[in-house]
Amino acid sequence: MVNTEVTFCGVTMKNPVTTASGTFGSGMEYSELTDLNALGAVTTKGVANVPWQGNDTPRVAETPSGMLNAIGLQNPGIDVFLERDLPFLRQYETKIIVNVCGHTEEEYLAVVERLAEAPADLLEINISCPNVKAGGISFGTDPKGVEAITSSIKKKAKQPVIMKLSPNVTSIAEIARAAESGGADGISLINTITGMKIDVERRRFALSNRTGGLSGPAIHPVAVRMVYEAAQAVRVPILGMGGVRTAEDALELILAGATMVAVGTTNFANPHATLDVIDGIRAYMERNQVQNLTELIGAVSA
Amino acid sequence: MTETNGSITANKEIAEGIFDMKVKAPEAASCAKPGQFVSLYSTDQSRLLPRPISICNANDQTLRLVYRVAGAGTKEFSEKRAGETIRLVGPLGNGFPEAAGFAGKRVFLFGGGIGIPPMLYAAGVYAAAGAGVTAVLGYRDQNTFLANEFSPFGEVLLATEDGSVGTKGNVLDAYREAKGEADVMMACGPLPMLRALQQFSRENGIPCFLSLEEKMACAVGACLGCVVKTVKEDAHSHVKNARVCKDGPVFLAEEIVF
Repeated sequence: MVNTEVTFCGVTMKNPVTTASGTFGSGMEYSELTDLNALGAVTTKGVANVPWQGNDTPRVAETPSGMLNAIGLQNPGIDVFLERDLPFLRQYETKIIVNVCGHTEEEYLAVVERLAEAPADLLEINISCPNVKAGGISFGTDPKGVEAITSSIKKKAKQPVIMKLSPNVTSIAEIARAAESGGADGISLINTITGMKIDVERRRFALSNRTGGLSGPAIHPVAVRMVYEAAQAVRVPILGMGGVRTAEDALELILAGATMVAVGTTNFANPHATLDVIDGIRAYMERNQVQNLTELIGAVSA
Repeated sequence: MTETNGSITANKEIAEGIFDMKVKAPEAASCAKPGQFVSLYSTDQSRLLPRPISICNANDQTLRLVYRVAGAGTKEFSEKRAGETIRLVGPLGNGFPEAAGFAGKRVFLFGGGIGIPPMLYAAGVYAAAGAGVTAVLGYRDQNTFLANEFSPFGEVLLATEDGSVGTKGNVLDAYREAKGEADVMMACGPLPMLRALQQFSRENGIPCFLSLEEKMACAVGACLGCVVKTVKEDAHSHVKNARVCKDGPVFLAEEIVF
């Protein structure tokens, strides 16, 4: 019997698999198609201090082995989240990672404070959404900004804090170190890569926002590289994500240094992809006589 | 909703680029309602997203899906043969309102182009519930696929853009020409047609249900990719942006802004 348990930022999960924020709602819709009890954790759709409307449609476009999205973080706000979404998820035997979004430091802090007494296990702070303009400043791409916001959030947060990092930077190692210096308990990466698609027949942008975040298997090798670089740069644990479709994809991220992995866009292609990944990891461990999953974390060699 | 591998029992071209597929999928078919849709998945893994396809008819065993080849994904579906399987999730969405409430009412069902197939399912169900059904169908030309299948359920009015069959013009032109008197209108079709019906129904005080289309990703209400602006706060996000896949695809015309 193999042991898939991992401890991430002090929270022990039955396996290392969660969902990527924004691809799984708050679990309610997918609960009809997949068993939430089987997941190590569910990561919820980003929640802000007040409801956010998001962008105009079209918000999504398919690309080869991937998709672009510019949802713009439509969400019902923390009140509805605490009343409806969190209690729903709490019924299941899984850990809850609440993804938090904001335009300003004050907005992030307002959500984090509201979550202080809530039954959430971990907070994931989205400082990397490419589809929301934060007054011209993108928190996630400036090391000083990352360190400052991390440290402000850490002062207020009652749960362990994971900073979700953008891949749209020159040096992911530098950003990862900034999050660690700010006191992050863990980091998650990668968010989507900024892209664009043009409908040539109509000569128009495929998305109303013009640019969108690229996700799906197309970005997986970028995720593996960035998780590896971040793992070399920091000691805090990593939640790896980006184009995970199969157990092999998840294991690549783990071998590159991730303690946990998230399945995102593939949920759309296969509503029970998370379960397939968990089963596949277990089968890999049995096949290779790996007793504990933790033996695999960062175990890649030249 | 369930996820299932359906067995294709037929798949033939009934007009240029329009295919008629029958899929044996009892769990999905037995609980389907008019106006709902299914997600069809490609076997080519470079195409990740499911294609939302309206349900043209259903019985306890089988779904009938009439779809247009619009790109590589639907082209792949069109090349599948009887005996092959197709992965699907469904039925999805809310569907048209329960037919039982419309007995004795004059229900006008408007379909435009590839919006016609779901109205055939509605015609059968509403007629069976005792509604007086009139179908008003808009086509580009004399390729009036499915039109003759509506006649067992009531009167059929046709409009064609080129005037080759029926009224020259759109479905509202056909409705006006026939001096239609609807108690309720229901429609699926291209955006300009739905906008025209929204305006007409408002001006004439006729309840009107519109089935919308939008680019989707998850198709189950999780990703918030497909939304339509609404007059009132939507139930999910409370921001006047309802999910077409989950809160719709059928909305009261007066509730949406487009």
